[in-house]
Amino acid sequence: MEIGRREFLEKTGKYVMLFGAATKAWDFILAGTPEAAPDYDVTRHWWAFYIDIEKCIGCGNCVRACKAENNVIREPFYFRTWVERYHIAPPDLANLHDERLPTVDSPNGGYDGFPERYRDGDGSKSFFVPKMCNHCTDSPCTQVCPVGATFDSPDGVVLVDKTYCLGCRYCVQACPYGCRYIDPRVQTVDKCTLCYHRITKGLTTACCETCPTGARLLGDLKDPKDPLHELLRTQKVQVLKPYLATGAKLVYHGLDGAVR
Amino acid sequence: MRDLFRDAEHLFRLAGVFLALIVVFLVARAVLTPATFGVYGHYRGAALAEIRTRDIVFAGRAACLDCHDEINVVKKTAKHAGIGCEACHGPLEAHVADPSTVVPEKPDAKKLCLVCHSENLAKPRNFPQINPKEHADDDNCIKCHDPHAPLPVKG
Amino acid sequence: MESILHAVEGFMYPNEVELQWSILIVLYPFLTGIVAGAFILASLERVFNVEEVKPTYRLALLTALSFMIVAPLPLQLHLGHPERSFEMYLTPHSTSAMAMFGFVYLWYLLAVLVIEIWLDFRQDIVRMALESTGWRRVVYRVMALGSYNVSPRSLEIDDKIGRFVTIIGIPSAFLLHGYVGFLFGSIKANPWWSTPLMPIVFLFSAIVSGIAAVLLLYIVVCFLKGIKRSIPCLDTMARYLFYAFLIDFSLEMLDLIHRNYEADESLKTLNFMMHTRLYMSQIVLQIIIGTLIPIGLLALVQIVSMSARAREGIYVLASSLTLCGIFAMRWNVVIGGQLFSKSFLGYTTYKMGFATREGLLPALLLLVLPFVILWILVTLLPPMKRDEAAH
Repeated sequence: MEIGRREFLEKTGKYVMLFGAATKAWDFILAGTPEAAPDYDVTRHWWAFYIDIEKCIGCGNCVRACKAENNVIREPFYFRTWVERYHIAPPDLANLHDERLPTVDSPNGGYDGFPERYRDGDGSKSFFVPKMCNHCTDSPCTQVCPVGATFDSPDGVVLVDKTYCLGCRYCVQACPYGCRYIDPRVQTVDKCTLCYHRITKGLTTACCETCPTGARLLGDLKDPKDPLHELLRTQKVQVLKPYLATGAKLVYHGLDGAVR
Repeated sequence: MRDLFRDAEHLFRLAGVFLALIVVFLVARAVLTPATFGVYGHYRGAALAEIRTRDIVFAGRAACLDCHDEINVVKKTAKHAGIGCEACHGPLEAHVADPSTVVPEKPDAKKLCLVCHSENLAKPRNFPQINPKEHADDDNCIKCHDPHAPLPVKG
Repeated sequence: MESILHAVEGFMYPNEVELQWSILIVLYPFLTGIVAGAFILASLERVFNVEEVKPTYRLALLTALSFMIVAPLPLQLHLGHPERSFEMYLTPHSTSAMAMFGFVYLWYLLAVLVIEIWLDFRQDIVRMALESTGWRRVVYRVMALGSYNVSPRSLEIDDKIGRFVTIIGIPSAFLLHGYVGFLFGSIKANPWWSTPLMPIVFLFSAIVSGIAAVLLLYIVVCFLKGIKRSIPCLDTMARYLFYAFLIDFSLEMLDLIHRNYEADESLKTLNFMMHTRLYMSQIVLQIIIGTLIPIGLLALVQIVSMSARAREGIYVLASSLTLCGIFAMRWNVVIGGQLFSKSFLGYTTYKMGFATREGLLPALLLLVLPFVILWILVTLLPPMKRDEAAH
């Protein structure tokens, strides 16, 4: 039958092509896993971070060091880490009912430090808040990436695969902490990588390395001797926006309730 | 039955076109998907190694001790013991890699010290902060303070 | 760029100052909204047997197709790396609403629109393949897939399959536009977007925009081709537009009322934004001009009896205002969601370029393009014949 022959040829052709495709796919699967750094085992680390607000002096060393270490573009719109200054005026006794909002500033992200703007003795409360990626366990940013270009590494660091990122910016919208941005030079997303290239070699992050007061501390929760365990056991710690349940691994000590 | 085939022939042709498109899609997918995708999770497994191979810019304080231990002797019992060398001297990996050719500049003490020590309402109360004019009439800090062991005051 | 810093009011996280999603991302839901809405209108006749809108059936399908073809273009133009966009087909992330886009788009385009249009037009395609000459003959022969059987039985099979495709097409249309609403509504970081109502609001505003678009196009195409317009058709479309509008407006008001009642931490900042930076686009353009006035006009027609010409004039006015209002709604959602800081302490501005990759000029061109494509489609596949207007 005419139609029968045509159908037969079509079907055979399709099977041949499918078989060829299947063989190629199998080859790729057998190509093997990527080589890990010989002495770094991803399963033996779970990275976290600790920031002590009561020690931060707003010197901006961390902001400058991060930009230098990670070659971040030196413009005021792109920061992997930045420092905010909070200034909370004393309550207005004539108007206690109204909500008093803190005054916050972050001139160039704190890159050049903070010029003194406030008078001492006016009864206000003022402090610095360093911010960076929280490396969330249930990160909303990796949840929304359409292709898997941003991901949670097996050792707890949220990273970006720059050769795979489309630059759709959905992850930037999904991050509640504002720690992501588009690198205009490569049109892909960039953010704090917890200096992954340093911590996997036994060094600490650039921001921790240059912080003069020890306000920043990198921690490895899988290491039972890590000082972070003792801090978590003895100090009152907080995370930003806990009600969003992001599982943030950046814990603060001394975080005022007014901090957003 | 034969009539059904003849009257629905166009639908079979349409189905054939769609089937061909699906096969093309599946083949393209198998060819183009990166080899290491999905090994650790929904991402390209090779990315982990790629991100690890960045160049280091800050050497870390341990690297300085190999050559500059005499500074560390002075520093480790003083007020600035906890501060890393590169916090003041800037990134030094280039210097560590080639110490004789890459010689870092000495930082300008007046500018550098004030970065941390100029008084600011937002700094913690117990942190040493001064107004340079009131404290030393705008004089250079290292006249009285050794940057590696700032207390006790010299002279 | 530095000028944006001066326009920041209050405090924004440093990375938030520059807007991420531009007018192109405003355009995308507007286009897919018309696709979904036009298709729902077409399905009214095919599935729910609303006979009066039959004259617009084919036109609605062709409108949906022309807007569907243009829909991915603003997205491609916006991407940092459009050459990598095929990755969404290779490794779609199952937790991401955006990853759905590639498959839902292809499904809707090929399995629903193309098949349904092909089945409905097949008789004409075959006739024109046999009758026409030159390059047109080649085009029609390809479209016919080399099969020229138009016996009554084959047409009956076409009709049955077409009806089945339309039935599948309705939830597919809901998915095509609903997922965009979910894309915004599921972002817990942004309180302007995060609400379970978002997919539903998007869907009903899509239906409104689709009906308004087809209503206007029907009048325009009939006028240009010298065909008499069917007044019962216009009246029925306007009635469905009115009903959809009532539901859409109720949903949007429900969101506003709910938000104001619950008064969570984001309320003050959002209300302030609405009364300052979004005043023109939200209060004036979307609510008053784009919703209340069209609803009022359409209600007027239901209550007061007037001549066919007067009714037609009101329909044209109401539909035009509606389309402006729905565009404003997309603007308010996308741009509005990025104008305030997630710290609730400040606001930024949107600086739209003109002849840049994501500027006003490409947006306008992309807005015009569907009509160009529609014109080509209407020439190749005439949706209405002069003698059809007899009913």
